[in-house]
Amino acid sequence: MSKLNRRDFLKFSGGALGAAAAATGLYIPMANAASSRVVVVGGGMGGATAARYVKMADPSIDVTLVESNPTYHTCFMSNLVIGHEKELGYLAHGYDGLKGEGIKIVMDTVTAIEDNTVVTKGGQRLGFDRCIVSPGVDFKYVEGHDATVAHNSITHAWKAGHQTQVLRDQLGAMRDGGTVIICPPRNPFRCPPGPYERASLIANYLKNAGKRKSKILILDPKKKFSKFGLFREGWKNHYGFNPEQNGGSTSMIEWINSENGGSISAVDARNMSVTAENGIHKGDVINVIPDQKAGKIATVAGLTDDSGWCPIDLHTFESSMRKNIHVIGDASIAKGMPKSGYAASSQAKVCAASVVALLRGDTPGVPSYVNTCYSVISTQPKDGISVAAVYRLNGDKSKIESVSGGLTPGGENRNEVMRDREVDYALSWYENITANTFAD
Amino acid sequence: MQIKALAVSALVAAMIAGCGTSAKEEPAAAAATAPAEPPKLLTGASAAMLASTCEGCHGDNGVSNGPATPSIAGMSAYYFAEAMAEFAAEDTKTTIMTRIAKGYSEEEIQAMATYFAKQKPASANQETKTSLAMKGANLHEEYCSECHADGGKDVSEDAGLLAGQWMPYLRNTLADYRSGERLGGKKMLKKVEEVVDAHGEEGIEALVNYYGGQRL
Repeated sequence: MSKLNRRDFLKFSGGALGAAAAATGLYIPMANAASSRVVVVGGGMGGATAARYVKMADPSIDVTLVESNPTYHTCFMSNLVIGHEKELGYLAHGYDGLKGEGIKIVMDTVTAIEDNTVVTKGGQRLGFDRCIVSPGVDFKYVEGHDATVAHNSITHAWKAGHQTQVLRDQLGAMRDGGTVIICPPRNPFRCPPGPYERASLIANYLKNAGKRKSKILILDPKKKFSKFGLFREGWKNHYGFNPEQNGGSTSMIEWINSENGGSISAVDARNMSVTAENGIHKGDVINVIPDQKAGKIATVAGLTDDSGWCPIDLHTFESSMRKNIHVIGDASIAKGMPKSGYAASSQAKVCAASVVALLRGDTPGVPSYVNTCYSVISTQPKDGISVAAVYRLNGDKSKIESVSGGLTPGGENRNEVMRDREVDYALSWYENITANTFAD
Repeated sequence: MQIKALAVSALVAAMIAGCGTSAKEEPAAAAATAPAEPPKLLTGASAAMLASTCEGCHGDNGVSNGPATPSIAGMSAYYFAEAMAEFAAEDTKTTIMTRIAKGYSEEEIQAMATYFAKQKPASANQETKTSLAMKGANLHEEYCSECHADGGKDVSEDAGLLAGQWMPYLRNTLADYRSGERLGGKKMLKKVEEVVDAHGEEGIEALVNYYGGQRL
């Protein structure tokens, strides 16, 4: 794999200056940012990409990435593991690639962010001129649910890894005729189509494994969800779903929305049951994805507002709460963009360019953002869907506005050849986005 | 319709901003400090900023790691811009590129095209069947080499970079020329049909294996 072209990327941070340089082929020297230090907190999609793009833009910047775990499992595509289409190892990425590009990797947990210093559990104090925080999400558990229960029995599997494997194994061991309960969270949350792709790929597994008598019950606190029409059409085509009944006797999937009592208030791991507004439901396998807020360090560091998420400048991703600290990815309030892995990656690139410019005393260049998100509804036959968008920052910087994009066509515009290909594109996308993030 | 209006207004804004822009006057900042109302949307992102939005799907510097996604490094700026224009106009049917291409102005597409044309291409890491590739070499000479010179490595004018390209992508693209989902001019359709008439489906596979196995 080729390395990114560092010299060209320097033009990135210069805005019109960069554009002029690109147009004329001139290399315009800029103020030296030597000895600048950037500390990135969190090695997920946002953090790893930000560290990489800062280092590429200016190799003289001292970039340190702090992450608790030596292996990162991507949340996207984890439903393929849960649905027995891929092994857990498929999702695993390490940090050697980033290390090879000159980024210092610190395996430790950040406990505080002081003025210009990141403090870790292991006692390290890492000084910075600019800090980029990409902490992901934390969970707001219902009664009876906590991190221990999620680890052992009623998973959330909304951070990939151990729980992804547990849920996969639970489904593998489940008898034909069993009930799987999935409880999606309230908005906003990481990966809006994720719970519904999960239902699809669990149905796909049960169908192909000869467990067609099994049921998937979705207890939802919402009235609608991402890619709503496309998922429901897909469930109808592949899993017997009747949209008018939100399920029906022939359907493997039943969807109970907020209007029909789908909001849950408690789980009981001993009895394997969930308490919803419309009654208590027993499940053979239960997956509860809790409501979410910014990752813990964001709150500890005073980067969150009353909503539990992090307000930011949409151009530079600098925190509205604290100077010289930037927040990207799921934890940030990136008005107009969804909480997705690709959005985090795109935000990281915009943020990296801004950070490099600010360290040099330059005005950050004009940003450009993008998001692409695939969901697999079925693997036999292959049926994939996507949503994509190109965004621009609006003039008063109050919103990141989608200027084009949209969904895979459905209904009478459905194209089977393209649906087949979208699964291949999803898998190819995975190879590229992860290599672009982890340099692996 | 909104989208077209936007693309045009963005282009106009970029052109106005482009007139006499000095190093320190970036278009957005200049517009923001002018007495007139600020622009609705910021335009004037650098080529590298724009190109970075492609790299998540098309790989670092446009060299793809994913078999269904084409490498775009080293393709001609002309081909890149034409392909984007065809996607945006829906003359070429695709999945997401039809939706994405509409989001950029012509000037931005030109900037990305120039950027990726300068990037060093790399051959896809894939296995090919030698017997098919040998047959493909002959078919290439007979049917394709007039426009796709130098074994598909030549990218002058409107020729796409075929050598070392991912085979699943080549297979899909040839299928699209045949079905009319992708515009390539009458000549492209005619040539593909000639190959199939004379050599059947194996002819297509032979070409795919030949180009896929070419080393850059």
